[in-house]
Amino acid sequence: MADRVPTPGRIRPAPEAPRRSFLKRAFAGGAALAAGRAAAQDDANLPPNVPAWTRSLGAPVLASPYGMPSKHEAGVRRRESPGLTRTPHSSVAFTPLQSLFGIITPSGVHFERHHAGMPEVDPHQHRLIVHGMVREPRIYTMDDILRFPSVSRVHFIECGANTGMEWANVAVPTVQYSHGMIGCSEWTGVLLSTLLAEAGVDPKAAFVLAEGADGAALTRTIPLAMALDDVMVCYGQNGEMLRPEQGYPLRLLVPGVQGVSSVKWLRRLKLGDTPWNTREESLHYVDLMPGGKHRQYTWIQEAKSVITSPSGGQVILDRGFHEITGLAWSGRGKVRRVDVSTDGGRNWRTAKLQEPIHTKSLTRFRIDWRWDGGPALLQSRVIDETGYVQPTTGQLRAVRGTRSIYHNNAIHTWRVAATGEVSNVQLL
Amino acid sequence: MSSFFSLVVAFALALANAADAAPARYGFGRPASAQEIAGWDIDVRPDGRGLPEGRGSVAEGQAIYDVKCASCHGTFGESNDYMALAGGVGTLASDQPQRTLGSKLNHATTLFDYIRRAMPFNAPQSLTSDEVYALTAYVLNLNDIVPADATLDRASILAVKMPNRDGFTTDHGFITRDGKPDTHNVACMTNCGPEARVASRIPDYARDDHGDLAEQTRAVAANATPARTPSARAPADLARQSACMACHAVSAKVVGPSFRDVASKYAGDASAPAKLAARIRAGGVGTWGAVPMPAQPQLAESDALALARWVLGGASP
Repeated sequence: MADRVPTPGRIRPAPEAPRRSFLKRAFAGGAALAAGRAAAQDDANLPPNVPAWTRSLGAPVLASPYGMPSKHEAGVRRRESPGLTRTPHSSVAFTPLQSLFGIITPSGVHFERHHAGMPEVDPHQHRLIVHGMVREPRIYTMDDILRFPSVSRVHFIECGANTGMEWANVAVPTVQYSHGMIGCSEWTGVLLSTLLAEAGVDPKAAFVLAEGADGAALTRTIPLAMALDDVMVCYGQNGEMLRPEQGYPLRLLVPGVQGVSSVKWLRRLKLGDTPWNTREESLHYVDLMPGGKHRQYTWIQEAKSVITSPSGGQVILDRGFHEITGLAWSGRGKVRRVDVSTDGGRNWRTAKLQEPIHTKSLTRFRIDWRWDGGPALLQSRVIDETGYVQPTTGQLRAVRGTRSIYHNNAIHTWRVAATGEVSNVQLL
Repeated sequence: MSSFFSLVVAFALALANAADAAPARYGFGRPASAQEIAGWDIDVRPDGRGLPEGRGSVAEGQAIYDVKCASCHGTFGESNDYMALAGGVGTLASDQPQRTLGSKLNHATTLFDYIRRAMPFNAPQSLTSDEVYALTAYVLNLNDIVPADATLDRASILAVKMPNRDGFTTDHGFITRDGKPDTHNVACMTNCGPEARVASRIPDYARDDHGDLAEQTRAVAANATPARTPSARAPADLARQSACMACHAVSAKVVGPSFRDVASKYAGDASAPAKLAARIRAGGVGTWGAVPMPAQPQLAESDALALARWVLGGASP
């Protein structure tokens, strides 16, 4: 609908924080219409009255033996982007980045991507085989895997197609859909180098094939140098076992590399001397360049950042102080610096980074901002420890065109209208 | 404590620590037997490593395909609801690349590998090696890559040349951790140029694709999300909330004309919704008599249009 006008913001004045007068003017009409859940204010629970939950006995312990978020948080969940995939069994559901704090993605909302549905694996019957160009092929139960010395590390997993819908134009309204094929967890498991040492790698081997136990039996090639560096065979995520969506009971974790390489429900590791050119390395997860060639084995996720608040679909209700905050990451190491612009990239200020900064991890940045009520174009730009500077959309397109699908790490822009409405735009 | 005694203690501690240190091999798990490996070792490489014994013809493949594959991929492999298998050769350099198995894949062995491990979608690893060879042959024939009388086996599949055989490159910086980037932005801080313009906003057709954004965030937030997208609100509710019904009724004249009268006046006029929407927001006088209709500037244009369409469509409750 070409005539559509932004809706004024949800008006939900708390008694102790009345709206500024200009907002009364700006949203006078909207206020009358803003019915729905927002109107469900119950003065009986507000001072000087004593709230109902204070005047009654609460629920006992174990009311929820494995705790869930408050029912008021029901909107914060994974979502599919309508029309993106043809079947929910080979699809993706996105992380609600707009509603998350800090750097750790709660396991229950970490994006999920399955190629042949999510298998239900019995850990007692799950096996991992290591074979191929090794001295002695080995087979492991989960009990065996749990005996090895373990490490816990914070790393992001980003799908190579994250932001892939936006190569040619703006396509989605919120950061959940534009950047939500990413999550960051504290992963626990065994270093792959430990398992490979057990099997004894043939000096002529150069690659590892990782295979899942799902219906896709998904396979990806990992270069041996990377496998011996920091790749993990994981069973733990944020203090608990992996969620089924994340590969329970065992997955690979290839830090800084596109998510498909972190093979879930890991059942087999095979050493070999050439890459495998699997379906996920030839029909998919290859980057179409101008001229028609595909870049193959595009493993690394280059540095990228995005502002998560304010972000698309939100409305800024008040002039004055706002914290601009977001996430930055790099598949090549640590985030060194993040700059933020509120004028579409003409002028930049350096944001504060949340410590500690982990390598190949989400890094939270924050910067103060005073919104003057005028239009603004919000951008963030990351610089990683290699000195690489996140590119503009124009710079990316100049090299890679608009048909690539994968590895879109362009500087992202949120437009703030005078009404306070924040929307997704692209600058060129 | 004498220095000699200290040395003895230090030596003993070192021995104890060594006993706690990691062994060269932990030895957990056990050797995998050849039989165990054989059941799972299904990968096939472009050089033919991993191809099993067996053979299958295009005709045999068609018989299997029609039963087990056509429902998703289309009778001729054309269906893009799932992966399109045929067509699009030569389009990859164009503005509208058709990404099909035939146009994109570089090695027939990968097709064999994938059918063997993952197809049919609802029953993976249920096909025999002969059936996989036959299906591979049929899909290649759908693409005119092998003739209708072809039979594939371990040797002949390696002779197949895919149209996009040479369409891939590993000459890029994404293949190693220290690879060279292909963009070179610089971190300018002030008066950076040239000034960028807004080149793209969310397309109109996609505005409501993602549903009610207000439901997609938490109820308590520094920046609120609009309560509901206007189009998500029923026009009848809108009419009530916008006080339209104070002056209009569906089928009877009140202060203003009935909605039915308005609908019949504009029947067949393609521009009526836009005209009426503008009139709703701006107000007006004269069309239906001397009583003016007040302006409704608080109504979003999209809401006004929804109301106009609702009125023109008969104003069903």
